[in-house]
Amino acid sequence: MKLEELRFGTELLKRGFASMQKGGVIMDVVNADQAKIAEEAGAVAVMSLERVPSDIRKMGGVARMADPEKVIEIIDAVSIPVMGKVRIGHFVEAQVLEILGVDMIDESEVLTPADEQYHIDKKLFKIPFVCGARDLGEALRRINEGAAMIRTKGEAGTGNVVEAVRHMRNIMGEIRILKGMDHQEMIDYAREIEAPAELVIECSERGRLPVVNFSAGGIATPSDAAMMMQLGADGVFVGSGIFKSSSPERMAKAIVEAVNHFNEASVIARVSKGLGDAMPGLDIHTLRDDEVLQTRGR
Amino acid sequence: MAVKIGVLALQGNVSEHIDAFRLALKKTGQEASSEVFEVRHPADLAGCNALAIPGGESTTISRLIDKNHMYEPIRSFPGGIFATCAGMVLMATQVDDTRIHSLGLIEMKVDRNAFGRQRESFEADLPIKELKGDPFHAIFIRAPVATIIGTGVTVLYRMDQGIVAVEYGKYMALSFHPELSCDTRLHERFLKNLGI
Repeated sequence: MKLEELRFGTELLKRGFASMQKGGVIMDVVNADQAKIAEEAGAVAVMSLERVPSDIRKMGGVARMADPEKVIEIIDAVSIPVMGKVRIGHFVEAQVLEILGVDMIDESEVLTPADEQYHIDKKLFKIPFVCGARDLGEALRRINEGAAMIRTKGEAGTGNVVEAVRHMRNIMGEIRILKGMDHQEMIDYAREIEAPAELVIECSERGRLPVVNFSAGGIATPSDAAMMMQLGADGVFVGSGIFKSSSPERMAKAIVEAVNHFNEASVIARVSKGLGDAMPGLDIHTLRDDEVLQTRGR
Repeated sequence: MAVKIGVLALQGNVSEHIDAFRLALKKTGQEASSEVFEVRHPADLAGCNALAIPGGESTTISRLIDKNHMYEPIRSFPGGIFATCAGMVLMATQVDDTRIHSLGLIEMKVDRNAFGRQRESFEADLPIKELKGDPFHAIFIRAPVATIIGTGVTVLYRMDQGIVAVEYGKYMALSFHPELSCDTRLHERFLKNLGI
């Protein structure tokens, strides 16, 4: 039979890929061994990067896309999807990750921004993007640029869930507010939050973002992960929280189970027992302005 | 007849399957007398006429089936099973990845990610001859294919890379995602096969 006409890189394929990750945990890994541990624990995907966010904080300097050799090492080690981070606005880093075969690109505030004015024009790529957001306006601006998945930013590398909670509540709360608005009010609100009106209306109709919304930035325990799910996240990213804990294998499995049973306190209690130390956390209020990552990109 | 359809909700594209089955039941005029809901525990399967196993990560879903003690209950589930993508992988007797503890309900060998990575994911219109009307708009996302099938397994569609849709008694397994394409003809056919 003649090969059917195939279409690649469409919006539906990008959003469909993101949708397959729902109810899952995406884990930051810096090498093949960690990637295998994450896959073994039941991660739906891994995020390949040079250093986890808490180490990026410690190192200082400019944080960039990972070495392609490292990305390939991780791609070769696992069968689950592999994602990779690029700097905000750095479309060439994104082109490189696409060529390497990465399944989704995270245009991430955890790395040092390459462009303070523009984000990447994500519609030019065949593979999907995930972008961070702190509120509805930011989420919809990213979706308008072509993001197929949103993750609330939180404050990466702190092991402190407070900002992740704030950003998830912002987005879910703003969508709830839309429900009581008429058409004119929505148009006005769209202007106020600097988002395209048609996306605001779509959120109001669906009662949710038009793409999958994960939580990220500070999740360090099974309870943190389950709380974000109960607040309305479709899944979670765990960065430093796994491989900076005292027993990564157990922490990884426990977080997967907690997300799977996010509404069952008995399960969360069981998986949280004797996990050892979670990653050391940071009080958000002690961070200097230049140490806050969530304000990068808007 | 009151129809109960469960969607395995351990991980993956669950809400889309619920919406698609509701739409299919609406089209066949059975919406009012039917229920479509999430299945997480063995007890949720009681009284179900059919179970959908959605797309997601097959390694993850496989682990969670074991962890949640769902393996035997699904294997001995008497109703129909509608399996897509990762679900198709799980239905096979043989998978190219030994970490998958597949259910072995359809005699077939399945290769995971048979078309490649996400950049090789694609949409295509498949002229499935068992369906009336237009070709079926199919969405393949890091999709598997069946390479070998047992006797009694019916091929609904075969591409150059392998078999992408099969039926076996009360089971249907698809490498693509009908729940993403707003076309419920395959869902309706599956329900009809079950006498629903």
